[in-house]
Amino acid sequence: MSLLTLSEWLERTEWSIALHESAYAYAIVESIHVWALCLFVGFAAMLDLRLLGLSFRRVPVSELASRLLPWTRVGFAVMVVSGVLLFYAIPVRSYHSVFFRLKLVLLVLAGLNVWLFHSGIYRRVARWDLDVPPPRRVRIAGALSLLLWATIIFSGRMIAYNWFDCGRTQSDLMIFLAECGSFVDPYAVP
Amino acid sequence: MSLLPFFEWCENTAIGEAIRNSLWLFPVIEAFHLLALALIGGAVLLVNMRLLGLVMGERPVSELARDAHPWFVGGLLVMLASGVPLFLSESIKCYYSVAFWVKMSSLLTVLVFTFTVYRRVTLADEDRIGAVRGKLVAIVSLALWSAVGWGGRWIGFS
Repeated sequence: MSLLTLSEWLERTEWSIALHESAYAYAIVESIHVWALCLFVGFAAMLDLRLLGLSFRRVPVSELASRLLPWTRVGFAVMVVSGVLLFYAIPVRSYHSVFFRLKLVLLVLAGLNVWLFHSGIYRRVARWDLDVPPPRRVRIAGALSLLLWATIIFSGRMIAYNWFDCGRTQSDLMIFLAECGSFVDPYAVP
Repeated sequence: MSLLPFFEWCENTAIGEAIRNSLWLFPVIEAFHLLALALIGGAVLLVNMRLLGLVMGERPVSELARDAHPWFVGGLLVMLASGVPLFLSESIKCYYSVAFWVKMSSLLTVLVFTFTVYRRVTLADEDRIGAVRGKLVAIVSLALWSAVGWGGRWIGFS
Protein backbone atom coordinates (compact mmCIF):
# COMPACT_ATOMS: atom_id res chain seq x y z
CA MET A 1 0.00 0.00 0.00
CA SER A 2 1.44 3.38 -0.94
CA LEU A 3 1.17 6.42 1.30
CA LEU A 4 -1.25 7.91 -1.21
CA THR A 5 -3.63 4.94 -1.15
CA LEU A 6 -3.35 4.96 2.64
CA SER A 7 -4.31 8.67 2.65
CA GLU A 8 -7.20 7.97 0.30
CA TRP A 9 -8.39 5.15 2.51
CA LEU A 10 -8.08 7.33 5.64
CA GLU A 11 -10.05 10.06 3.90
CA ARG A 12 -13.03 7.71 3.54
CA THR A 13 -13.07 6.53 7.17
CA GLU A 14 -15.97 7.67 9.29
CA TRP A 15 -13.82 9.44 11.90
CA SER A 16 -11.89 11.41 9.33
CA ILE A 17 -15.11 12.69 7.84
CA ALA A 18 -16.48 13.46 11.32
CA LEU A 19 -13.36 15.45 12.22
CA HIS A 20 -13.45 17.27 8.92
CA GLU A 21 -17.12 18.10 9.00
CA SER A 22 -17.50 18.93 12.69
CA ALA A 23 -18.11 22.57 13.49
CA TYR A 24 -15.66 22.65 16.41
CA ALA A 25 -13.55 19.47 16.57
CA TYR A 26 -10.97 20.54 13.99
CA ALA A 27 -10.64 24.02 15.50
CA ILE A 28 -10.23 22.59 19.00
CA VAL A 29 -7.57 20.10 17.90
CA GLU A 30 -5.73 22.88 16.09
CA SER A 31 -5.90 25.13 19.16
CA ILE A 32 -4.41 22.31 21.24
CA HIS A 33 -1.67 21.97 18.60
CA VAL A 34 -0.85 25.67 18.98
CA TRP A 35 -1.06 25.53 22.77
CA ALA A 36 1.37 22.60 22.95
CA LEU A 37 3.66 24.55 20.63
CA CYS A 38 4.27 27.00 23.48
CA LEU A 39 5.36 24.21 25.81
CA PHE A 40 7.37 22.27 23.26
CA VAL A 41 9.05 24.89 21.08
CA GLY A 42 8.97 27.44 23.92
CA PHE A 43 11.00 25.24 26.26
CA ALA A 44 13.24 24.01 23.45
CA ALA A 45 13.94 27.66 22.59
CA MET A 46 14.81 28.47 26.22
CA LEU A 47 17.35 25.65 26.16
CA ASP A 48 18.66 26.65 22.72
CA LEU A 49 19.21 30.20 23.96
CA ARG A 50 21.28 28.78 26.81
CA LEU A 51 23.26 26.68 24.29
CA LEU A 52 23.96 29.94 22.47
CA GLY A 53 25.09 31.51 25.76
CA LEU A 54 22.33 34.13 25.57
CA SER A 55 20.20 33.30 28.61
CA PHE A 56 20.15 31.49 31.98
CA ARG A 57 23.92 31.93 32.08
CA ARG A 58 24.30 30.93 35.73
CA VAL A 59 22.38 27.68 35.21
CA PRO A 60 24.52 24.70 34.12
CA VAL A 61 23.42 23.40 30.71
CA SER A 62 22.97 19.89 32.12
CA GLU A 63 20.65 21.21 34.85
CA LEU A 64 18.51 23.19 32.42
CA ALA A 65 18.39 20.29 29.95
CA SER A 66 17.47 17.66 32.53
CA ARG A 67 14.68 19.84 34.01
CA LEU A 68 13.21 21.11 30.74
CA LEU A 69 13.46 18.03 28.53
CA PRO A 70 10.80 15.97 30.37
CA TRP A 71 8.34 18.81 29.66
CA THR A 72 9.42 19.20 26.05
CA ARG A 73 8.74 15.48 25.69
CA VAL A 74 5.22 15.98 27.05
CA GLY A 75 4.77 18.92 24.67
CA PHE A 76 6.11 16.90 21.76
CA ALA A 77 3.76 14.01 22.50
CA VAL A 78 0.76 16.38 22.45
CA MET A 79 2.11 17.96 19.24
CA VAL A 80 2.35 14.56 17.55
CA VAL A 81 -1.07 13.32 18.66
CA SER A 82 -2.85 16.57 17.70
CA GLY A 83 -0.78 16.84 14.50
CA VAL A 84 -1.68 13.30 13.42
CA LEU A 85 -5.35 14.13 14.04
CA LEU A 86 -5.04 17.28 11.89
CA PHE A 87 -3.54 15.16 9.11
CA TYR A 88 -6.21 12.51 9.61
CA ALA A 89 -8.94 15.14 9.14
CA ILE A 90 -7.60 16.14 5.69
CA PRO A 91 -5.37 13.28 4.51
CA VAL A 92 -5.28 13.54 0.71
CA ARG A 93 -4.80 17.30 0.52
CA SER A 94 -2.10 17.11 3.22
CA TYR A 95 -0.37 14.28 1.37
CA HIS A 96 -0.03 16.50 -1.71
CA SER A 97 0.77 19.70 0.21
CA VAL A 98 4.30 20.92 -0.51
CA PHE A 99 4.38 22.71 2.85
CA PHE A 100 3.40 19.52 4.67
CA ARG A 101 6.18 17.69 2.83
CA LEU A 102 8.67 20.42 3.64
CA LYS A 103 7.61 20.29 7.28
CA LEU A 104 8.21 16.53 7.48
CA VAL A 105 11.69 16.89 5.94
CA LEU A 106 12.54 19.69 8.40
CA LEU A 107 11.23 17.57 11.31
CA VAL A 108 13.61 14.77 10.31
CA LEU A 109 16.48 17.30 10.18
CA ALA A 110 15.51 18.69 13.61
CA GLY A 111 15.43 15.15 15.01
CA LEU A 112 18.84 14.49 13.47
CA ASN A 113 20.19 17.66 15.11
CA VAL A 114 18.86 16.54 18.51
CA TRP A 115 20.35 13.07 18.06
CA LEU A 116 23.75 14.37 16.94
CA PHE A 117 23.88 16.79 19.88
CA HIS A 118 22.94 14.20 22.50
CA SER A 119 25.14 11.43 21.14
CA GLY A 120 28.06 13.80 20.54
CA ILE A 121 29.22 16.82 22.48
CA TYR A 122 26.50 16.61 25.15
CA ARG A 123 28.12 13.39 26.44
CA ARG A 124 31.04 15.54 27.59
CA VAL A 125 28.79 18.26 29.06
CA ALA A 126 30.63 18.15 32.41
CA ARG A 127 33.60 19.85 30.71
CA TRP A 128 31.63 22.87 29.46
CA ASP A 129 28.54 22.88 31.66
CA LEU A 130 28.97 26.45 32.90
CA ASP A 131 30.89 27.93 29.96
CA VAL A 132 29.52 31.22 28.65
CA PRO A 133 29.57 31.15 25.74
CA PRO A 134 29.57 27.35 25.35
CA PRO A 135 31.87 25.66 22.78
CA ARG A 136 31.32 26.43 19.11
CA ARG A 137 29.72 23.09 18.30
CA VAL A 138 27.19 23.58 21.08
CA ARG A 139 26.29 27.03 19.80
CA ILE A 140 25.88 25.65 16.29
CA ALA A 141 23.52 22.95 17.59
CA GLY A 142 21.48 25.59 19.44
CA ALA A 143 21.31 27.91 16.42
CA LEU A 144 20.35 25.04 14.09
CA SER A 145 17.62 23.96 16.48
CA LEU A 146 16.13 27.47 16.66
CA LEU A 147 16.31 27.86 12.89
CA LEU A 148 14.76 24.45 12.21
CA TRP A 149 11.88 24.87 14.66
CA ALA A 150 11.19 28.33 13.28
CA THR A 151 11.00 27.02 9.71
CA ILE A 152 8.87 24.08 10.89
CA ILE A 153 6.37 26.50 12.48
CA PHE A 154 6.48 28.55 9.29
CA SER A 155 5.81 25.66 6.93
CA GLY A 156 3.19 24.27 9.30
CA ARG A 157 1.25 27.53 9.26
CA MET A 158 1.47 27.67 5.45
CA ILE A 159 -0.23 24.26 5.04
CA ALA A 160 -3.51 26.10 5.61
CA TYR A 161 -3.09 28.16 2.42
CA ASN A 162 -3.99 26.77 -0.98
CA TRP A 163 -1.57 28.54 -3.37
CA PHE A 164 0.13 25.32 -4.36
CA ASP A 165 -2.85 22.98 -4.13
CA CYS A 166 -3.10 20.40 -6.91
CA GLY A 167 -6.65 21.46 -7.79
CA ARG A 168 -5.26 24.79 -9.07
CA THR A 169 -3.07 25.58 -12.06
CA GLN A 170 0.53 24.91 -11.05
CA SER A 171 4.01 25.12 -12.50
CA ASP A 172 5.79 21.91 -13.56
CA LEU A 173 8.01 22.17 -10.51
CA MET A 174 5.05 22.30 -8.11
CA ILE A 175 3.29 19.49 -9.98
CA PHE A 176 6.43 17.41 -9.51
CA LEU A 177 6.96 18.35 -5.83
CA ALA A 178 3.33 17.77 -4.89
CA GLU A 179 2.88 14.68 -7.10
CA CYS A 180 -0.16 16.33 -8.66
CA GLY A 181 -0.16 13.70 -11.43
CA SER A 182 -1.77 11.25 -9.02
CA PHE A 183 -4.12 13.78 -7.42
CA VAL A 184 -7.80 12.92 -7.31
CA ASP A 185 -9.97 15.57 -5.66
CA PRO A 186 -11.69 13.74 -2.78
CA TYR A 187 -14.44 16.37 -2.66
CA ALA A 188 -15.25 16.33 -6.37
CA VAL A 189 -18.88 15.55 -7.09
CA PRO A 190 -18.99 12.51 -9.40
CA MET B 1 -20.45 56.03 21.51
CA SER B 2 -19.58 53.24 19.14
CA LEU B 3 -16.02 52.22 18.31
CA LEU B 4 -17.08 51.11 14.85
CA PRO B 5 -15.92 54.31 13.05
CA PHE B 6 -12.45 53.81 14.53
CA PHE B 7 -12.38 50.21 13.33
CA GLU B 8 -13.51 51.36 9.89
CA TRP B 9 -10.67 53.87 9.85
CA CYS B 10 -8.23 51.08 10.79
CA GLU B 11 -9.55 48.89 8.00
CA ASN B 12 -8.96 51.72 5.50
CA THR B 13 -5.34 52.38 6.44
CA ALA B 14 -2.72 51.86 3.74
CA ILE B 15 -1.16 48.99 5.69
CA GLY B 16 -4.47 47.18 6.03
CA GLU B 17 -5.17 47.67 2.35
CA ALA B 18 -1.72 46.45 1.30
CA ILE B 19 -2.09 43.26 3.34
CA ARG B 20 -5.57 42.59 1.96
CA ASN B 21 -4.32 43.05 -1.59
CA SER B 22 -1.41 40.68 -1.12
CA LEU B 23 -1.67 36.93 -1.41
CA TRP B 24 1.20 36.14 0.94
CA LEU B 25 1.60 39.12 3.32
CA PHE B 26 -1.08 37.98 5.77
CA PRO B 27 0.22 34.38 6.06
CA VAL B 28 3.83 35.52 6.45
CA ILE B 29 3.00 38.09 9.16
CA GLU B 30 0.82 35.46 10.82
CA ALA B 31 3.75 33.02 10.85
CA PHE B 32 5.93 35.60 12.61
CA HIS B 33 3.09 36.12 15.09
CA LEU B 34 3.23 32.37 15.76
CA LEU B 35 7.03 32.32 16.12
CA ALA B 36 6.86 35.06 18.73
CA LEU B 37 4.09 33.13 20.47
CA ALA B 38 6.47 30.20 20.96
CA LEU B 39 9.04 32.55 22.52
CA ILE B 40 6.54 34.24 24.84
CA GLY B 41 4.99 30.87 25.64
CA GLY B 42 8.37 29.44 26.66
CA ALA B 43 9.25 32.40 28.89
CA VAL B 44 5.81 32.64 30.52
CA LEU B 45 5.39 28.88 31.02
CA LEU B 46 8.86 28.48 32.51
CA VAL B 47 8.35 31.10 35.24
CA ASN B 48 4.74 30.11 35.94
CA MET B 49 5.54 26.40 36.10
CA ARG B 50 8.38 27.25 38.49
CA LEU B 51 5.91 29.17 40.68
CA LEU B 52 3.70 26.07 40.65
CA GLY B 53 6.69 23.95 41.70
CA LEU B 54 6.66 21.89 38.50
CA VAL B 55 10.09 22.71 37.08
CA MET B 56 13.56 23.98 38.12
CA GLY B 57 12.74 23.71 41.82
CA GLU B 58 16.35 24.26 42.91
CA ARG B 59 16.53 27.72 41.30
CA PRO B 60 15.07 30.84 42.89
CA VAL B 61 12.00 32.16 41.05
CA SER B 62 13.56 35.60 40.86
CA GLU B 63 16.63 34.32 38.99
CA LEU B 64 14.50 32.56 36.36
CA ALA B 65 12.13 35.53 36.10
CA ARG B 66 15.03 37.93 35.53
CA ASP B 67 16.59 35.64 32.88
CA ALA B 68 13.30 35.01 31.07
CA HIS B 69 12.11 38.63 31.12
CA PRO B 70 14.08 40.04 28.13
CA TRP B 71 12.81 37.15 25.95
CA PHE B 72 9.28 37.79 27.11
CA VAL B 73 9.55 41.48 26.26
CA GLY B 74 11.23 40.71 22.92
CA GLY B 75 8.50 38.21 22.05
CA LEU B 76 5.83 40.69 23.10
CA LEU B 77 7.24 43.40 20.83
CA VAL B 78 7.24 41.02 17.83
CA MET B 79 3.71 39.96 18.79
CA LEU B 80 2.53 43.59 18.74
CA ALA B 81 4.48 44.47 15.60
CA SER B 82 2.88 41.55 13.75
CA GLY B 83 -0.50 41.60 15.47
CA VAL B 84 -1.32 45.23 14.70
CA PRO B 85 -0.93 44.83 10.90
CA LEU B 86 -2.99 41.62 11.01
CA PHE B 87 -5.69 43.57 12.84
CA LEU B 88 -5.53 46.47 10.36
CA SER B 89 -6.15 44.06 7.50
CA GLU B 90 -9.47 42.85 8.94
CA SER B 91 -10.55 45.39 11.57
CA ILE B 92 -14.26 45.30 10.79
CA LYS B 93 -14.36 41.51 10.96
CA CYS B 94 -12.62 41.81 14.36
CA TYR B 95 -15.16 44.37 15.54
CA TYR B 96 -17.93 41.80 15.08
CA SER B 97 -15.88 38.89 16.43
CA VAL B 98 -16.51 37.82 20.04
CA ALA B 99 -13.14 36.02 20.04
CA PHE B 100 -11.38 39.30 19.25
CA TRP B 101 -12.93 41.09 22.23
CA VAL B 102 -12.21 38.14 24.53
CA LYS B 103 -8.61 38.22 23.36
CA MET B 104 -8.14 41.98 23.72
CA SER B 105 -9.73 42.28 27.16
CA SER B 106 -7.69 39.31 28.41
CA LEU B 107 -4.56 40.77 26.84
CA LEU B 108 -5.04 44.15 28.47
CA THR B 109 -5.71 42.50 31.85
CA VAL B 110 -2.75 40.13 31.63
CA LEU B 111 -0.36 42.91 30.60
CA VAL B 112 -1.37 45.08 33.52
CA PHE B 113 -1.17 42.03 35.79
CA THR B 114 2.24 41.00 34.41
CA PHE B 115 3.92 44.37 34.83
CA THR B 116 2.49 44.94 38.33
CA VAL B 117 1.56 41.98 40.57
CA TYR B 118 3.33 39.26 38.61
CA ARG B 119 6.55 41.16 38.24
CA ARG B 120 6.63 42.11 41.92
CA VAL B 121 5.89 38.58 43.11
CA THR B 122 8.37 36.86 40.77
CA LEU B 123 11.21 39.21 41.64
CA ALA B 124 10.58 39.25 45.40
CA ASP B 125 12.19 37.09 48.03
CA GLU B 126 10.23 33.82 48.01
CA ASP B 127 10.07 33.44 51.78
CA ARG B 128 8.35 36.79 52.04
CA ILE B 129 5.78 36.04 49.32
CA GLY B 130 4.86 32.49 50.30
CA ALA B 131 4.27 29.49 48.06
CA VAL B 132 0.48 29.79 48.05
CA ARG B 133 0.46 33.39 46.83
CA GLY B 134 3.05 32.44 44.17
CA LYS B 135 0.86 29.59 42.94
CA LEU B 136 -2.20 31.82 42.84
CA VAL B 137 -0.33 34.37 40.73
CA ALA B 138 0.80 31.60 38.36
CA ILE B 139 -2.73 30.27 37.92
CA VAL B 140 -4.13 33.74 37.20
CA SER B 141 -1.32 34.45 34.72
CA LEU B 142 -1.73 31.10 32.92
CA ALA B 143 -5.53 31.42 32.78
CA LEU B 144 -5.33 34.92 31.28
CA TRP B 145 -2.64 33.97 28.74
CA SER B 146 -4.70 30.92 27.73
CA ALA B 147 -7.69 33.16 27.12
CA VAL B 148 -5.50 35.41 24.94
CA GLY B 149 -4.23 32.42 22.97
CA TRP B 150 -7.57 30.67 22.47
CA GLY B 151 -9.25 33.97 21.63
CA GLY B 152 -6.54 34.71 19.11
CA ARG B 153 -6.73 31.33 17.42
CA TRP B 154 -10.50 31.59 17.36
CA ILE B 155 -10.51 34.92 15.46
CA GLY B 156 -9.32 32.90 12.49
CA PHE B 157 -12.13 30.38 12.75
CA SER B 158 -14.98 32.86 12.90
